This record gives sequence, structure tokens and C-alpha cells, in this order.
Amino acid sequence: MDKRRVVITGLGVVAPNGIDKTEFTQALQQGTSGIQFIPELADLNFSCQIAGKPNISKDYLNHYFNKVQLRGLAATGLEYGVIAGKDAWQDAGLSIPEEEEDPRWDTGVIFGTGILGVDKFREAIYKVDEGNVRRLGSNTVIQTMASGISAFLGGMLGCGNIVTTNSSACSTGTEAVLMAYDRIASGQAEIILAGSTSDSGPYVWGGFDAMRILPHKYNDNPITASRPMSASASGFVPGAGAGALVIESLESALNRKANIYAEIAGGAVNSGGHRNGGSMTAPNSKAVQQCIRSAIAQAKIHPKDIDAINGHLTATTKDPVEIENWSIALERNGKDFPYINSLKSLTGHCLAASGSIESVASVLQIKEGYIFGNINTEDLHPEITTMIPKQKIPETTLAIAPKIVAKASFGFGDVNACVIFKKYSE
Amino acid sequence: MTQEQLLQKLKVIITPYVQNETALQNLSEDTDFIKDLEINSANLVDVVLDVEDEFDVVIENEDMEKMLTVKASLDVIQSKLNEK
Repeated sequence: MDKRRVVITGLGVVAPNGIDKTEFTQALQQGTSGIQFIPELADLNFSCQIAGKPNISKDYLNHYFNKVQLRGLAATGLEYGVIAGKDAWQDAGLSIPEEEEDPRWDTGVIFGTGILGVDKFREAIYKVDEGNVRRLGSNTVIQTMASGISAFLGGMLGCGNIVTTNSSACSTGTEAVLMAYDRIASGQAEIILAGSTSDSGPYVWGGFDAMRILPHKYNDNPITASRPMSASASGFVPGAGAGALVIESLESALNRKANIYAEIAGGAVNSGGHRNGGSMTAPNSKAVQQCIRSAIAQAKIHPKDIDAINGHLTATTKDPVEIENWSIALERNGKDFPYINSLKSLTGHCLAASGSIESVASVLQIKEGYIFGNINTEDLHPEITTMIPKQKIPETTLAIAPKIVAKASFGFGDVNACVIFKKYSE
Repeated sequence: MTQEQLLQKLKVIITPYVQNETALQNLSEDTDFIKDLEINSANLVDVVLDVEDEFDVVIENEDMEKMLTVKASLDVIQSKLNEK
């Protein structure tokens, strides 16, 4: 059976540099950074005392959660995910069934995370250790179970199809988009809210600080800290947030005359199996190349058709290797290489949320016709400039409308995901 | 504390969990938390924890299980207060 065509009809985002689609779009076009000094990290003796943290006020949450849900809410990933998810649903112009109606059997949620409700879990651990488990209340489980985010969204939106949470470290968000794509392309669902979220705060970021893979020399100068592709890149800036995309069969989108942002042409996920240089923390280059090639084959496009790449590009010493992998997989180098950018220069690395937030950015580029600029790339890594000219790594937003954007994410565990977004045309 | 004062305090505690606002307006001793007020049964433990905080008492599991109506709850609270 032929695969059905699948499109994107709604976007929602909670990013360090913008807490809704409008703010985020503006930040993308203007190169606005969301990296800030976090006093709490300094108080706790972190080496890296900066992060990309969405600025969400308690009042803002009242628009998204009811009074019972707000009681004892201490799960930032849940907050970001619900805001982004509900915004995307509304952006898509979708209604929500009434309490006494059936759920919508053909709509679902695939919303990933790495870990959920860390602050809530911390509260619970203190109470349990004090022998006071009876005082935990009813909301500890629902805020700390990984699938809490999809469970909340599934209920709020009345979804009756798949409602689940995927987890594959930093490729989680891109994987969620592809899982939704597959399910819709194969006719098992019509509409799926796909996305991912990541908690913020010291308990999430601490482990990375301990691995010494975060930059520690930029605490006084946060905006210059996240330097993907730069010679002076010294680690990724931790971030948090959520991205959400309403993914829908073309048939359903046309039937309800929805606004179509872009088409998902195809994509692929794979793993390097911790072989050939791959490990728990480093990607197997051969697997990365194969994932990209496979995504292109699935999308039925030619590598030459790719106008722009939105890379994983975290600002570690591995960035030149990623560029090399793209170059080998696409068989394109020098002036022939596509434009490439990394959202992480503006937001830091939003971990499990990165793939979905960056997918939102990729799709906005196609819909609105530009290629957003990188910041902190004035001193490109010499290994990168031997492969591709610096014009391919724009420092300001270019008024060039990409028709096809390839977006990839790579995660701990040696896992990869690559999706091909395409301008929609009949 | 009079029964009326207790009832008013209990009403404040349960309000955030109530899904049937009309039943809350007509709150009486016979009001059932789940059937009338449509409080989610999972939230009954939260009501009890809030009662503990408000009245500075400890409510054991056996007493908690009884607290399904306004009257039963007031009885439990009153008896805990008397023990103090």
C-alpha cells in the first residue's frame, strides 16, 4: 500500500528565547539568545552557571491548567509540554470534545521526554526518607511518570488514538515527529500531536556539569557561550523547553481547510550500536551517515534537493565530525553544500526537547521563507572551513526560502533521527 | 469551634477539587464528595492532607476511608480536635 501524504498543521513552542510561536519566530529572525545567568546554579557550585530556561510565570500557567492541576504542580517539563501542546492544537484550529462526548478515536499524542517532574520527585524523596510517605498526595505519580506529559495532553485534548511518551535522549523530539508520521502515513491515525519536553533546573543539568561537557568560562557573558561550529566551542549550554507539532494526514487537513505549514516527506531513525567509534555518549559516524541516507531515500528526494540543514550541532568538539558526516552522506561539499544552522546557538541544548523545538524552527523557515542565522560563529572551526565555505553558515537571517530542510538529532545511547521537511504543494 | 465554622473551613478546603459548582452552592451535611460534588476520587487524599494542614491533626487511614461526605468528615475532624 502506498504511504499517505502527511503534513504539519499546527505549531507550539516554549523555548528559552520565546515562550510562544510569535516570540520564538521573532527571536529566530533577529538572532535573539535565550541564554542567561542562573543564580541558583552559582549557589550550588556548578561550573556552568548559565542555561537556556524559558521564562514562564506562575500566572501564565493559569491559562493552561485548571485549579486542581495547579495544586502542588512542580514539574517544569509538564508545564512547558502542556503549554506548547495546547498552543499547537489551537494553532491548528482543532476543537476539543466535550466531557460527555466520545474521545476523538483518530487523534493521538506522541510526546517524548527524558525525565519528568524532577522537582516533584525530589519533594517525594524527602517525604519518603522522612517516613512520611502518607503525605505525598495524589499528584506525585502523575507528575513524575514519564508518560505524564502525554497523559495530561491526551486528556486535555480528548484524544482516543495512541497516547504515549517516547524517550531516546536528545533525539526524542525528532523521533516523536517520525513516529507520528509513520502512524499517519500507514493509516492508523489522522491527527497526532507530536513533540517533546524537557525539565529545567539543577537536578537535570547537574549530571552534565559533572561530566565536564558544559562551558564554564562564560558565566559573565552568557549570550556568547553557546558556540556551535566555532573554534572556541567548549561544550553545550544546557537548556529546557518544549516543542509541539500537529501532524495530520493531507486528506484530513484538506477536508477541514487547515493551514499547512509543510509536508513531512519522510525520515529515518537508527542506532550505531556503540560500534565503530560509537559509544554511550558518542555517535558512530557510519550510523549517522546511514540514517541521513535512509531518510533521503524514504523521502524520495535527491540529496541535491536539500536547501538547508538544521543540524544537531551542540557546540562540542564533535561539530566538525557532524559536518563531515552530512557531507559524506549527501555527497556534497564546498560551495555545493547546503546552508546549515544550529538553533542551539540561540537556545542552548534543550536535551529531550531539542528535536521538537528545532523541528518547529525548521518548519517555520519553510513556511515563512527564510534561513535563520547562527550566532557566535565568527570564529568557525578550521576543520569545518576546510569542508564548506563560511557563506553556508549564515551569521544573520537570509531571505532565502528553502523548499527542503533536513533536520537531524543524535542522542546518548548512539541513537539517531533524521526528518525531511518539504514545502507543501499540491 | 462551632459546627458552622467547621463547615465553612471544610468548604474552603474542598472548593479547588469540586467539579460540580451547583452542588457546592447547596452544600449541606448530606453532601457526598464524589456523587454530588464530583470530586475525583484520587483527590480525596489531597482533601484529607489539606484538612490535616488546616486543623493541625493527623488522620489515620481508617478515618480517611470514612470521609466521603460532609457529615462524616466533620465528625472525624471534630473528634480529632477533641483529642488535642
